Amino acid sequence: MDFDLMVEVTPLLIRAAWVTIDISSRAIFFGFFVACGLVFLQTLRFAPIRWFARGYVSIVRGTPYFVQLLLVFYGGPSIGLRLDPVTCGVVVGAFNIGAYMSEAIRGSIESVDNGQTEAARSLGFGRAQTMFYIVLPQAASLMIRSVGVLAIVLIKNSSLVSIISVVELTYQAQRLIGSTYKPLEIFTLSALMYIVIIYAVMGIIELAYRRATRYTTQ
Amino acid sequence: MSTEQQTATPMVEVRNVHKRFGNLEVLKGINLTVDRGKIISIIGPSGSGKSTLLRSVNNLEVIDDGVILLDGVQVNRPDMKGMAFERHINHIRQNMGMVFQHFNLFPHMSTIDNVTLAPRKLKGMDKKAARELGMEQLERVGLAEKADVFPNWLSGGQKQRVAIARALAMKPKVMLFDEATSALDPELVEEVNQVMRSLADEHMTMLIVTHEMSFARDVSDWALFMDGGVVVEESAPDKLFSNPDQERTRNFLQKHLENNK
Ligand SMILES: Nc1ncnc2c1ncn2[C@@H]1O[C@H](COP(=O)(O)OP(=O)(O)O)[C@@H](O)[C@H]1O
Ligand SMILES: [Mg+2]
Repeated sequence: MDFDLMVEVTPLLIRAAWVTIDISSRAIFFGFFVACGLVFLQTLRFAPIRWFARGYVSIVRGTPYFVQLLLVFYGGPSIGLRLDPVTCGVVVGAFNIGAYMSEAIRGSIESVDNGQTEAARSLGFGRAQTMFYIVLPQAASLMIRSVGVLAIVLIKNSSLVSIISVVELTYQAQRLIGSTYKPLEIFTLSALMYIVIIYAVMGIIELAYRRATRYTTQ
Repeated sequence: MSTEQQTATPMVEVRNVHKRFGNLEVLKGINLTVDRGKIISIIGPSGSGKSTLLRSVNNLEVIDDGVILLDGVQVNRPDMKGMAFERHINHIRQNMGMVFQHFNLFPHMSTIDNVTLAPRKLKGMDKKAARELGMEQLERVGLAEKADVFPNWLSGGQKQRVAIARALAMKPKVMLFDEATSALDPELVEEVNQVMRSLADEHMTMLIVTHEMSFARDVSDWALFMDGGVVVEESAPDKLFSNPDQERTRNFLQKHLENNK
């Protein structure tokens, strides 16, 4: 292994790792709102809107992220949707994770014991109040882990946006290999950086989960 | 005159109530009156419709036919729709406390917040007044020292006492108990019964579903035996529990005695 080279390229890779973190965190942030929107649409009375939301979720879950990315980036311009690579990475990421997250949110809301709702209703709370004071706070702590897993998948998938030439960690690594011909060293370094990012995120998720559920620890 | 009228209006009245789940008719024309300050117990085998009846009283189950009145005001209102009915029923429910078999305490809130949430959010009580009220209710069930503890730290008996305090904090006109002690370890039953007895001493109006026969006999003014969605027999508890008229009632009590040996 060429350690001198590894030391030399590390700053460049770290800078690219920030792009990975930036794209992913923005996708997760906006994805959360997409997810809440999808959950909300599925509670509406008007059936076609519910079908639309369900259909959207099914399509996203039934197609590879890679294809979604290519479709929007290369197919988008022919219907007037022209996005620069970074924006495209964020938008596709957000709409992708949003679909999965909406399922996680719905699942956690449904897994709050119905007795909770009945107790609140029996005290005189309305539907919205019951959702707001009783169900959502409990669902929120339940969904931390499942949403966290999705966030990690998204960070790993963000390497795919290299295909539309976003200079994130994987793209930068490939570029450096093009000029140095040292794939082992450079991919090892970039793999290490993914590990650091992902385990940091896992740690945050675990802390948040423990904090949110501290009331259940006996 | 007005007091006379008040005592004349029953606190809860159930008239010819029918309830179906799909093809299964679970309540087949139930009639029941709970007078102010009285305690009525309902016993009967599992599946006979006791819970459904109790849940119908505060509209957790929507009945198909009949009338339910709380203090002269009709609870079920088939004529009302949507938000209008929501407002109506939310208001009605503020006057009825319900205690569930599985407590259903809010696990993400401290004991005192469980008790004060409804008075604060529904009656607009300020934090300080609500805390005072909440502490009062917790003292009533003997758990003032657990005010700032989360429910999961409490024993089953303590949880149920907090659930009772939570219902009492809304100053309900009637308390509904659905097998409040069935989920408890035997040694924890008495502390909950004790609380219910103290409510009886304060002349709280109560409708109790239970299979604690001796407790029901002790505490109630009137007792009903339900089976298959009908009230098979009702009478003063001494009679119902020791000398019932109906064969079905006798069989049930007999079986119950054997099972609890
Ligand atoms: N939500 C429901 N959907 C369908 N059937 C139900 C529902 N709730 C209760 N039942 C049925 O109604 C009958 C009476 O139930 P329940 O009122 O819980 O009886 P009890 O409290 O006397 O044990 C049972 O046969 C039960 O299976
Ligand atoms: Mg029952």
